[in-house]
Amino acid sequence: MSTWLAALPWMVLAIAIPLLGALAAFVQPRRAQVIGLSFSFLTAGAAVGVVLDFITLGPQQHAVGGWGAPLGIDLVADGLSILMLGMSAVVGVAVSIYARAYFVPYPDKAPRFWPLWLFLWAALNALFQSADVFNLYVTLELMGLSAVALVALTGSGPALWGAMRYLLVSLLGSLAYLVGVALLYHAYGTVDLTLLAERADGGLQLAVPLGAMIAGLLLKTGLFPFHVWLPPAHGSARAPVSALLSGLVVKASFYLVLRLWFTFVPEGEGLPLLLGCLGAAAIFWGSIQALRQKRLKLLVAYSTVAQLGYLFIAFPLAGLEPQMAWSGSIYLALSHAFAKGAMFLAAGAIMTQGGHDEIDELDLVVDRMPLTLAAFALAGISLAGLPPSGGFVGKWLLLESAMAQGKGIWAAIIIVGGLLTATYVFRVLGFAFTRSEHHHERHEVPAAMEWTALLLALGAVLLGFVAPWALPLLDGVLP
Amino acid sequence: MTTNAWLPLLVLASSLIPGLIIFTLPEKAVAWRITLNLGGALLKILLLVLMMIGVFHGVNYEFRVPLVPGIDFVLHADALSLLFVNLSAVLWLATTVYAIGYLEDSPNRSRFFGYFSLCVTTTVGLAMAGNLLTFLVFYEALTLSTYPLVVHRGTEVARKAGRTYLAYTLLGGVLLLAGTIWLHALTGTLEFVDRGFVRGLDLDPATLRMVFTLLILGVGVKAALVPLHAWLPQAMVAPAPVSALLHAVAVVKAGAFGVVRIIYDVFGIEFAAELGVTLPLAVLAAVTIIYGSVRALFQEDLKRRLAFSTVSQVSYITLGVAIAGPIATIGGLAHLVHQGFMKITLFFCAGNYAETLGVHKVSELRGIGRRMPWTTAAFTVAAFGMIGVPPVVGFVSKWYLGLGALEVGQDWVVYVLAGSSLLNAAYFLPLVRAAWFEPPPDEWPHERNFGRKETAWMLLLPPLFTALAALAWGLFASMPGTPLDWVQFIAARKYGS
Amino acid sequence: MSSALLYAGAGMGLLLVGVWALVLRAHLLRKVLAINVMGSGAFLLLVGAGAMGGGPVDPVPQAMVITGIVVSISATALALALVLRIAYATGKAALPEDRERDLMDREGR
Repeated sequence: MSTWLAALPWMVLAIAIPLLGALAAFVQPRRAQVIGLSFSFLTAGAAVGVVLDFITLGPQQHAVGGWGAPLGIDLVADGLSILMLGMSAVVGVAVSIYARAYFVPYPDKAPRFWPLWLFLWAALNALFQSADVFNLYVTLELMGLSAVALVALTGSGPALWGAMRYLLVSLLGSLAYLVGVALLYHAYGTVDLTLLAERADGGLQLAVPLGAMIAGLLLKTGLFPFHVWLPPAHGSARAPVSALLSGLVVKASFYLVLRLWFTFVPEGEGLPLLLGCLGAAAIFWGSIQALRQKRLKLLVAYSTVAQLGYLFIAFPLAGLEPQMAWSGSIYLALSHAFAKGAMFLAAGAIMTQGGHDEIDELDLVVDRMPLTLAAFALAGISLAGLPPSGGFVGKWLLLESAMAQGKGIWAAIIIVGGLLTATYVFRVLGFAFTRSEHHHERHEVPAAMEWTALLLALGAVLLGFVAPWALPLLDGVLP
Repeated sequence: MTTNAWLPLLVLASSLIPGLIIFTLPEKAVAWRITLNLGGALLKILLLVLMMIGVFHGVNYEFRVPLVPGIDFVLHADALSLLFVNLSAVLWLATTVYAIGYLEDSPNRSRFFGYFSLCVTTTVGLAMAGNLLTFLVFYEALTLSTYPLVVHRGTEVARKAGRTYLAYTLLGGVLLLAGTIWLHALTGTLEFVDRGFVRGLDLDPATLRMVFTLLILGVGVKAALVPLHAWLPQAMVAPAPVSALLHAVAVVKAGAFGVVRIIYDVFGIEFAAELGVTLPLAVLAAVTIIYGSVRALFQEDLKRRLAFSTVSQVSYITLGVAIAGPIATIGGLAHLVHQGFMKITLFFCAGNYAETLGVHKVSELRGIGRRMPWTTAAFTVAAFGMIGVPPVVGFVSKWYLGLGALEVGQDWVVYVLAGSSLLNAAYFLPLVRAAWFEPPPDEWPHERNFGRKETAWMLLLPPLFTALAALAWGLFASMPGTPLDWVQFIAARKYGS
Repeated sequence: MSSALLYAGAGMGLLLVGVWALVLRAHLLRKVLAINVMGSGAFLLLVGAGAMGGGPVDPVPQAMVITGIVVSISATALALALVLRIAYATGKAALPEDRERDLMDREGR
């Protein structure tokens, strides 16, 4: 048994362990909490194993069951994959610890949460390590289904609607992607990314499938104007679920866009410019909507819409300075996962304690829950791109690549977007520091919930100091 | 890495770590809090003395790690940064003592002192920043760490004041960021160098003027240059020690120090003068000086009057730098320290009046000199200093500013100085006269009893100390070891002579 | 050859019909059906496109379609369960208009 286990590479374990955990938690509903948390740690451990393998041995490849591409399934871990795996591991562990404490008062929800979440994690890890477009479709679909079920966990009317809308959009997106896969296979006779990169020759037979796939993925990422489903789903889900959706799930489809882009490196100016403009529109629209929200969780959800826009600013900037623009975008994605995860966890803790999340009734949260507010503030700093934080590094890289090409307009958009972010973050902080007139009943909040939010937020800030070590991991991945 | 690299980091840590620990202390742990606060403040001064000696003997203290690709995070101790660091460290000690006395028995002290320490940490980091990016990091961090202090009281008024404060300072941060990134795209470096790193590169002057404008507007918000000053009077809603620190050291000085760094170590003063950007800046500073003084004249609230006075006085520093002559530089840089000591004295005294007698308004100061002679004596010394009456240090600053202006043929500055001094006199002298020579009222608005003392000793010592320092440096201005002496050393390097 | 083209063409047609129904039909059951029709279209396209090259039939698209059908069945199951829950919770198997949703948002949190 042990030798058989030892023979399995970390890459496989990172997918197998959460799957096994999901099964175990499902058949042992009464012990779901314990099983879920233990398997979360194991999964994160396996992900760390993949990362360490990469650092010591370089990019990894594993043919599952001994069948290699193009017939079998290949797992590949390059720099981009392991950054995403690592991100999921950190956010995943934090959310798991938080969720164990969070679900104690809801004994009926916990047995449903853990299998779905571990299932989602397995899908994510598989997605980040898949090397052919069809496997990516399967993992994408698995991820989408478990995410939808997690939203529906809340059980209330708005959450169910949110879940339904999310499901329809998600399926539509996957089908568009699948049509793209079919056309690609028709044109080039393979679904393996490496082979596709060699055979792809441009022209319509590449442009049409690529367009369909990217459109489907944008739908799932929630890029403006496809964002309509996102705030209701993320805003009405349970706090740990919202953290996972905003932190990880939307990143997975964005990762896939990047993967396709890096593989095919589409030519021409039009599509990158369009994506950049949609990104800019998302920044402004999302921020303005966030400013108008009365409820904290919806504010955070609209903030996701805005922050996703930033990730797409890299497309029009990548023409002459690909290295810097892509690094900036990926770094922003990482920081956003940490920061937004922390922010949703903090919002959940605030809601647990006060029983509501009205922003202008926050009533001295700073005294009642200093750790949680610190988490929210630090996460907000990273989102707004204020130094020192991961968000700052990401925006700095984007700004630098914009200025180096004399594209001042993109720099201006990034800067003004940061200012808008700061405005809505500090609107919350202002009320958190102020006494309100109404009195609300208070509930106990477990320390684990406050600390996980804070540590995750600190992670977002810490990312601001490790960029010189993290970014070289991407060498060889970026076009 | 050697000790020389770690020392600047230790200076930061000496207030950062106590601050972080203080956050975790329960409200009742008064003794622990005081020990950590004072211990950190004293340790910082000790480290700085070590560093002063080192710099004097030519040791290079520099901490450097990469922050983003191509740019490092640099803490560097040079003569200019030590000037500002020392000012912060000494006034931090004084303000800590004062704040301990002032906030006795008030709620949320752990939170207050925690952010207070963070605020000093960022100020010190800002002073020691070795390049523009590091400066930017601390400049933004300063905004973030002072915000909780401004809204500390938790009232609706405080929240709105905090909003105004952020609106201005974040905008300033954004302008500074834009200027920094643009400059980096143009020059490929951001390291501060004596006499500037932009000099000698063949760049388009019009673009450089735009960059200069962005950078100066960015720091100008915190330096309260008209028309970017409106946050300052509103931030007066904060507790008195915060106002004292914001005005004398942390925020406005960070802005003024930024002006100094940008002109001397980014562009280089001679190059900036060639670009033709110093004269408009000098005019803007002069306008701010007169405008602040005129507004101060009409303020009925004592703290607001002091706030507008700050708007005016801080621009002396900008003016001194922008006149672009070595002697004016001495005046401007010396005023960085001088104004700090004088203004903090005034705010301490205003706090004492409010805390002891409930006096907030200018008209309520009548006869207060008999009830609180020591406080009023300190107030008088500082007010005379602000007006520029010898032998208080304010005179020294104005003397060098005037001489410096005449040296480079900018005679109009002398009229500005004279006009401003007249206005200073007009808004300070009536207060001093009323305080000493008019009879006290039968009853003070809200009197607290301190037995035979006029007020708590922790409230009294700090203003006495700072007022005495302001007086002594004026009397012995030409002795070695005074701020003036150090500033002359700096000015010599910035002009490459 | 022409039969493969027929498959692919029919697939495209089904896809379009599916999108049309998904957008225009309010009842959730119809929306779920629309997604299923679209799915069938995509699978037809996959098989048809795979066979268009001529020669012996390529097994890879067949395998993919089988996988796809499995995925599609689980998606449909989840969708139907959700429709039921929505019908139980709100009495209507339809998504609310925007104004209605805002109201619920405010009350229901």
